[in-house]
This record gives sequence, C-alpha cells and structure tokens, in this order.
Amino acid sequence: MIEQLIQFLDVVSKSPHLPVLLIAIPLVAAPLLILIGNRKLVQILSLIVAWVVFGISVAMLGRVLATGAFEYQLGGWPSPYGIVYRVDHFNAFVMLFVSALGALVLTYSPPSVAAEIPRSKHYLFYPSYLLCMTGLLGMCVTGDLFNVFVFLEISSLSSYALISLGKTRRAPLASLQYLILGTIGATFFLLGIGLLYQITGTLNMADIAEKLAASDAKRAELVAFAFMTVGLFIKMAVFPLHTWLPNAYTYAPSVVTTFIAATSTKVSVYAFVRMVYTIYTPKFAFETLPLDRAMVVLALIGIFVASIAAIYQTNVKRLLAYSSVAQIGYMLLGIGLATEAGVAAGVVHMFNHAFIKGGLFMVVGCFALRIGSVRLEDWRGAASVMPMTCFAWAVGGLGLIGVPMTAGFVSKWMLLTATMDAGNLTVAMLMLISSLLAVVYVWKVVEAIYFSEPSEKVKAAKEAPLTMLIPTYVVIGATVVFGCWTVYSAEIAQLAAKALLNASGVVQ
Amino acid sequence: MIDFPIIRVVSKFMIPYILLFGLYVQFHGDFGPGGGFQAGVIFASAIILYGLVFGLPAAKSVAPEWFVEKLIALGLVIYAGTGFTCIALGGNFLDYDVLDHHVLPGFLPHGQHLGIFVVELGVGITVTSVMIVIYYAFSARERRA
Repeated sequence: MIEQLIQFLDVVSKSPHLPVLLIAIPLVAAPLLILIGNRKLVQILSLIVAWVVFGISVAMLGRVLATGAFEYQLGGWPSPYGIVYRVDHFNAFVMLFVSALGALVLTYSPPSVAAEIPRSKHYLFYPSYLLCMTGLLGMCVTGDLFNVFVFLEISSLSSYALISLGKTRRAPLASLQYLILGTIGATFFLLGIGLLYQITGTLNMADIAEKLAASDAKRAELVAFAFMTVGLFIKMAVFPLHTWLPNAYTYAPSVVTTFIAATSTKVSVYAFVRMVYTIYTPKFAFETLPLDRAMVVLALIGIFVASIAAIYQTNVKRLLAYSSVAQIGYMLLGIGLATEAGVAAGVVHMFNHAFIKGGLFMVVGCFALRIGSVRLEDWRGAASVMPMTCFAWAVGGLGLIGVPMTAGFVSKWMLLTATMDAGNLTVAMLMLISSLLAVVYVWKVVEAIYFSEPSEKVKAAKEAPLTMLIPTYVVIGATVVFGCWTVYSAEIAQLAAKALLNASGVVQ
Repeated sequence: MIDFPIIRVVSKFMIPYILLFGLYVQFHGDFGPGGGFQAGVIFASAIILYGLVFGLPAAKSVAPEWFVEKLIALGLVIYAGTGFTCIALGGNFLDYDVLDHHVLPGFLPHGQHLGIFVVELGVGITVTSVMIVIYYAFSARERRA
C-alpha cells in the first residue's frame, strides 16, 4: 500500500504537467467548492487542495534544482505564439513559500474563520482564498506578460472580496480603498504591457526582451517602463504608494490578513524583479534611468517613516501593517543594488519575511480569537493566560528585528554585506539604525503582554486552541530553522540571483 | 413599469429574440464575430429587461439567485474541465488537438473546433450568470428616502 503510494507520488512528481496543475487545480477547485456548498466539506477539500498545491511546488523546485529551468506549453502552442509557463530557480522559490504559507494559514484558519466570518459566507470564503492563491502562483509561474496581468487581477479581485469580509463596518471601506488604488496600479501595469506589445508585437517575456534589445523606440520603452514600475509599486505598497495597506490589513479578517501580508506584496516584488531583470535590463533601469537611486531613497524614507508610524500604533494589526511597508523597503534596497549578492539578499528577504510576518499575524489571530480584540491595551498581561501564544510573538518579533539565529538576521546580514560591498556605507549605517526602530515596536508589545497587569478581557481569556497553535509554531519555528540552516533559503536565492543576472547580461 | 402597456408588450415580444440572438452569437462565434463574452451579456440582458419591466420577483422566479450563483461556478468548471480532459487524453492542458473524434462527423465539431466550442460555452454561462447576479445585487438594495 505504502509502496504503491510512493510509486504514485514518484510518477506524479515526474509529470510534465506540474506547472499547469499548480494553477488549474485550485482554479477548478474553487467553483467546484461553490457547487458543493456544504460548509464542512468545503473546508476539508480546500485544505487538501492547498496541500496538494504545496506538494506540486516542492516537486517543481526539486526538478529545477536537479535539471534546471523547464517550460510548459499551454494548448501545445510553442512560444512565442502560445502561452508558456516557465519555471526557473527564482519563481520556483517564490512559489514554494507562497504555497507553503497558503497551506499553513489554511490549516490554521478554521477556528478563526468561525469566529470572524459569518457562517453563511464560509462556502464563499474558501473558494475566494483558493482563487487568491491561484492568482499569486499564476503571476509567478507564467512566462507571458499579459498572463501576469490576468493573474494579478485574479488575486487582487479575490483579495478585495476577502478583505471586505471583515467584521467591522470599516472593512468594506478599506476594501474599496484598496480596490481603487489596486485598480489604478493594475491599469498602469496594463498600459505598460500595451505599449510593450505595440513596440515588440509579442507578449512572451523572453521574446519581448530579445526584441526590446533590438528596438529603437526608446521613448515608448521608457513610458512603458514608467507605467509598469508605478503600477507595481502600488501593488507592492512602496512608500509613498502604501496608503491602502494599513487599513486593508487592519480591518480584514485575521486569516485573510495573515495570508495577504505573507504573500501578496512579495509576489508583486517578484513581478517587479522579472520586469527589471528579465524583460528590461538592469542597465536600462539603473544606468539609463536613475531608478536605483530613486529606490534607495524611497526605500529608506519608507523604512524610517513606516517604522516610526508603527511605533505609535495601539492596534497591533496596524502596527504590523506599517512594519510590512518598512520591510518592503529592505527588499527594494537589495534588488536596486543590481549585484548578485544584493538581489540574493532581496530575494531571501521575501522568503524570510513571508514566514516572519505570516507567523506574527497568526499570533495576532490567536489573540483576536481569545481576547476578542487586537488593541494593545486589551492584550496587557496576556502572558499569564496565553503563555504559548505570547512566546510565539516574542520569537517572531526577534526575527522581525533581525536577531542572530533567526531568519531576519540572515536576510539583514546578506543585505548589509551586499551594501558594504557596493561601497554604500551610508545606506548600510541607516539600515542598521532602522533595525533599532523595529526593536522599539516589537518591545512595546512584548512589554504589554509580559510585564503589565492583566486587563479585564485577558482575565476572561484562555490559551489559543492547539489547531491554531501548531501551525503558528510551525511557521515561527521555520523562522528559527531558516535562521540557522540556509540550504533551502539563502542558497536557492543565490542561485536564483545568479540565473537572473546571467540572463540579463550583467558580467560578474 | 408593468403599468405601461407599450413597454410591457414590446419587451415581451423582444425577449425571445434577444435570447435567440444571444444563442446565435454564442454558437456562431467560431465562424463569425461573437463568442462567450458577448453572448453572455446579450443573454443576460434579456433576463435583466424582464426584471426591469416585470419587477425583481418575476425575474427571480425565472432565474433563482441560488441557481444563477451555481451557474457562475459551473461555467468555470466546464472551461477548466476541458483543460483536464485534454490532459487525460494525453495532450497538454487545453490542447484541443486530442479532442479529435469520429462520432457524427460533419455534425459534431472536431478537435480544435470542439475545444473552443466547449470552452466558449463555459465562458458564456459564467458571463450570463455574473451579469444577472450583478443586476440582482444592485436592484435588491433597499431605497432610502
């Protein structure tokens, strides 16, 4: 029986259809779940689908590491005529953590969903969640630029719906705010794609890159690049285009916030890196245009402003939301260096931050379930009744600060050395100082939950259920594991950076 | 608007033709202009016209909300199901070449033709039902004085 199972898994993992199954399975599961409509069944099936998707992305990463990048032709049409899905080190790595977080958050979700989302909406919540995951993974796997836009819209539309499920009346408003800005961002991105299509007559990314190199429509190229950059900056929530993010994260249901915070902005960062390094060249972005300097400035201002804003928040979800804006800055700093070490640092920070922020928001979800509030004054003294949950916050917080032995340290160390190597000491110093701000806002929460008199709400609370604590500890544990053992995080990120830079003709 | 005889009679007269035209655009889309998106909107417009003239309850008795909601999902299942069928028959996802068959040649479409036919049917069903649901959602809102 077990032998047959292993044999079956072996056959499946060798299937050439994996890249499309990754997208097609959750895509077809979502409407099927709506047709089924039974609450309990929907929950179980969506969980199975999420873990199957995770399995597929593990198998794909394995194949990339063993044999290098591979392609899948949809409908049997060869590129550049048809849509191809292309898997290489970089997107296999991004898809790995997106699907991992997707599956873990869904495993953690049932008690929190039951408490925060009306029962009648459950059978719609799970399909929307799967659709959001489909969109995010699709943006990564596809090698077709227009397809990126389609999947961006799938993930965005489903996340607007998910955010509006929040309990308070502010949730639909926050969702609308995100919808308006998100649509502007997506439209800008589409305008850029349209211009590129006009210049090159193709939508296949590799083909566009080839034809752009030979084209002389410099001004149109420039406009397309500008539109796509601004569009993606909105979706990434780069300072000062981040204004949709704090409200969306604060008022969405905890599970939704956790998933979106851990994955969504990173996938937009992925799309941005693809645009700069695969479609255009870093030479165009950073030498012809001064985008690297702009990114350093925006990233640093963003890190400082958002971190200081985080310090003054009394709502913990909002605190973490501002911290997310700051963390995007670190990714941009690395990517803007255009060196192998810099890009690797940016990429690995996507991975590490997904786990750290995912874990911390999971902790917030546990508190929200038991205390019924995410305001800091209600959390005071929570360590006396919820020691496990509080400890998870402490560990995750250390990761966010970047203390050695945690994942946050790995990415900050790589970023710091990359910045030093590039000879940019001022930026390196400012980065170190900014980490101190993270200490302040993490400590603020730690102080409240460990060293204060219990509040009324805390006295009535009890420890979070194991079904939520176990996934939380898996994610928080991962931040410690990947802080000490970086074979599958930093080393893959380095391979990905190397492949990206070689493909874009940067001589090492 | 049920009190206006002209509107009532004309729309009763028009609705069957709108539905027929919707079906024409849907199933002729592989030979001429048309396809699932356009056909879906035309088909839904017939139901919406019916709702506008005879009131929301009448429209809902023709196309109940729960049923339309399931149809949204069904269309996507048909689309993706075609893709999975292609994989099962040994091709790539949505590779319609493997849908070649020899049943009723000349009457049933074939290969690529059959593939796009079924996929567009899925698109048509989803677009129709989404349009209807949007109409229901807006017209069901209570008016405040």
